[in-house]
Amino acid sequence: MKRREFLQLAGMGVGGALLTVPLIGNAVDMERLLENPIDVLEKKRLADIGLNAAKANGATYADVRIGRYLNQYIFTREDKLQNAVNTESFGVGVRVIANGTWGFASTLDVSDAGIQKAAETATAIAKANGKIQTEPVKLAPVQSYGEVSWKTPLEKNAVAVPLKEKVDLLLSANAEAINNGANYVNSALFMINEQKYFASTEGSYIDQDVHRIWPNFNVTAIDPDSGKYKSRQALSSPMGMGFEYMDPRASSKKEGPGGTMHYYDRYDMIEDAGLAGKQTKEMLKADSIKAGKYDLVLDPNHLGLTIHESIGHATELDRVLGYEANYAGTSFATLDKWKSKDFKYGSDIVNVFADKTQEGSLGAVGYDDEGVKTKRWDLIKDGVLVNYQAIRDQAHIINEDESHGCCYSQSWNDVQFQRMPNVSLEPGKEEYSPDEMIKDVEKGIYIVGRGSYSIDQQRYNFQFGGTLFFEIEDGKIKGPVNDVAYQSNTQEFWNSCSKICDKSDYKTFGSFFDGKGQPSQISSVSHGSATTRFDGVNVINTARNI
Amino acid sequence: MAILSKEEAKQILEKVMSFSTADSLEAGLSGSGRGNIRYARNTVTTSGFNDDISLGVTANFGKKSASSTINEFDDESLRKVVKRAEELAKLAPENPEFMEPLGPQEYKDSKTYYKSTADISPEYRAEIAKNSIEPARAKDVTAAGYLEDTSGFSSIMNSKGLFAYSQDSQLEFTVTMRTNDGTGSGWVTRDFNDVNQFNGAEASSVALEKALMSREAKAIEPGKYTVILEPAASVQLLGNMLFNMGARQADEGRSFLSKKGGGTKIGEKLVDERVNIYSDPFNEKVPANAWSGDGLPRGRTSWIEDGVVKNMSYGRYWAKKQGVEPVPGPANGIMVGGDATTEDLIKSTKRGILVTRLWYIRTVDPQTLLYTGLTRDGTFYIENGKIKHPIKNMRFNESPIIMLNNLEELGLQQRINGNLIPVMKIRDFTFTSLSDAV
Repeated sequence: MKRREFLQLAGMGVGGALLTVPLIGNAVDMERLLENPIDVLEKKRLADIGLNAAKANGATYADVRIGRYLNQYIFTREDKLQNAVNTESFGVGVRVIANGTWGFASTLDVSDAGIQKAAETATAIAKANGKIQTEPVKLAPVQSYGEVSWKTPLEKNAVAVPLKEKVDLLLSANAEAINNGANYVNSALFMINEQKYFASTEGSYIDQDVHRIWPNFNVTAIDPDSGKYKSRQALSSPMGMGFEYMDPRASSKKEGPGGTMHYYDRYDMIEDAGLAGKQTKEMLKADSIKAGKYDLVLDPNHLGLTIHESIGHATELDRVLGYEANYAGTSFATLDKWKSKDFKYGSDIVNVFADKTQEGSLGAVGYDDEGVKTKRWDLIKDGVLVNYQAIRDQAHIINEDESHGCCYSQSWNDVQFQRMPNVSLEPGKEEYSPDEMIKDVEKGIYIVGRGSYSIDQQRYNFQFGGTLFFEIEDGKIKGPVNDVAYQSNTQEFWNSCSKICDKSDYKTFGSFFDGKGQPSQISSVSHGSATTRFDGVNVINTARNI
Repeated sequence: MAILSKEEAKQILEKVMSFSTADSLEAGLSGSGRGNIRYARNTVTTSGFNDDISLGVTANFGKKSASSTINEFDDESLRKVVKRAEELAKLAPENPEFMEPLGPQEYKDSKTYYKSTADISPEYRAEIAKNSIEPARAKDVTAAGYLEDTSGFSSIMNSKGLFAYSQDSQLEFTVTMRTNDGTGSGWVTRDFNDVNQFNGAEASSVALEKALMSREAKAIEPGKYTVILEPAASVQLLGNMLFNMGARQADEGRSFLSKKGGGTKIGEKLVDERVNIYSDPFNEKVPANAWSGDGLPRGRTSWIEDGVVKNMSYGRYWAKKQGVEPVPGPANGIMVGGDATTEDLIKSTKRGILVTRLWYIRTVDPQTLLYTGLTRDGTFYIENGKIKHPIKNMRFNESPIIMLNNLEELGLQQRINGNLIPVMKIRDFTFTSLSDAV
């Protein structure tokens, strides 16, 4: 009902609802994605024009981002290709500080005059807003890196793989789901390449080439007699990888409890679609869960979203300080809790770290979007809240003298701000497998894959669903169950964490289109964990009649 | 400003048509200028302005088609974009669901554009922020808000003679006010096509008052309660229902409107007989575009009439397959209301809850349209016709279908996000847990 730069593309039938996919840039043909319109020397020359213009107009700091953002999205249903969209967005964004206030302007006119004008506009906006500014911006120092570059380590550039090969793979997966009992299947492949050039008055010139990929499907089985239907999404994970992720590899998957299959740094989409066909048929016949307290055994491909919502967002410093109060909200993890040095966010075995360097993850880059080298740092140590996520203009608030390197913008056209790095739960130190974990549970539920998720604006109360649910009775999987959602409070939940599987079970979950800010921007972020147990969590039954 | 006149748009599109050798060609040309200001912690944080215009072209050869877009408009660029789409279309697989482009259509004008909104200046935006921040500061409250204004045009043309053009302007404003002791929070939203209807200071005062009223909230037991839902609280649940009224999903057996044994629930009673929901692009309070993306004219469409499913949306392919006329999806949602004010509804409530807004709403079960989410920014307990005290926020698990079956009373309509929604009283609304969030 609103005009936005979001296109309603051919739908992923997520249980009847269409998925709205944010599409940045203009559609172009595929060859265009492989062209290189501008070399690094020219980018440096253009960036310097912007930096000099900003300084000449009174800016005390400036950064210039020349960005080329390429996407390819492919959508199919059953035996039909619905849409293949290639997009390119090319332009420049200039951000400045003048009179202690931020200003930003962008243009798709990547010429000397275009950049000059954007720098002047950004400086004029900063000066206009400076009149009602009460807190002058204070930037943490950053090293001058000179001319450097970084590239996602990849074996196959997904964009260069012929379209036919990608469409055939999706259609084969669809056929496998149908052959295994599904009535309908939608599948999609999202591929993203960010070619970003960053320059600032601090003396850094950073050229980066970032790649991400996400295969997904939605398989539906229908029981015409009862009028019921069940759907299941893919158990893939979006990755910061090339098309090699789509090449199945025996050593990159493991069979888990309940006949589930778990994929690590390679994905077998056809096999997973076949399993989805079978599992949705089984779900139609499964029992409805009895509401009550259960011990939950959460698979990494499920727990990732719980980490994202209850720890990732809660430890964003801009939320804690109130900058997101009008949109996503604030946070219960307030500065006084952090200062006390004894706020028990979780049990003693809960160690959560932020990391922008983890290979294969969605958040991995060499430098963030304000020219800070990325790193790893602790957020929760032995259950205690020890740090937040902070960028250059926030570091002083938590008494640090450098940014954490987690500043990001979705395009040249949007201003960069603090975004969530990969936030992950450390695996357990002792050897312990998901099968052993289930053996130790008397009354519980094993949950695999992401589902419905909702959390309050200060990140206390949440409710999560999942993709697959298996009831556990006396150390054994009893069978699949339906209508499960668990509700808890963040601190209570993480303090009920009693056991974590070892590193051989550790894998990443990903959120490909995470939204934040006004105007809203998307970002992609991974969350690693091993299968983890939480004791006595409140489970509700979600079945209703209409 | 990225607004081309009808003649300018037509001229470019006609040129595009003349460059094509495809069996048929479809083109869309649109542009907009968008300004914004964002503030938090009682100070401006970001503001900006974006301007963009783009042309998309789809070429069809038989049942093969492909698209290409560009944002340059000289003859050479226009030729290039057509050629690209044509080359790709020849390589594309046949689409068995391909539909020939529509012929010429008649469109009525809808007044969606106001020059006043297109003329909004950076100074005006800063003034709106100031009118939130200063009263907030005076009451020991912190304001965080966002104002965005957009003005633009859309046009489409195809080689079968169809041409449509419209202009549009929008203003959207939200502000959250939080008391500095951290115990109270209030919020308001406003949106208009014409900025002259917007009073930023008045809107901010509503949020400020709610923040002060909601301090020191008390917890009550979750359970089933009578609720008075302000329009901002119900709009998303109603929108989720309206936008899931596609006939194809229902015919395929995967919708809340699928019938046991096959077919759809069209013609069946779904909710309380006082519920009437329609869309109308010509409604003066919530004007919307009079044509859909594929060029179908939009008129007044009744979706729920006297509680019965009256229409479902049919895309052109599905309509042809089912032997019915296509029905474009809704451009806005209008729910018929009553004469009662929110105060009247409170007065007639023995025991209940007044809800300002529901937030973080997510699907739990698409089959029953069950959603979960939480109250936020002003939730109050009502006893014997009066607001007794603020209460802590709660999580709900509820379906708009169940909610509209439990209708007690409808009140006055208000514009929310381009829709007209009445305040309503609902019995037995399901809250499942308490939240400590303020």
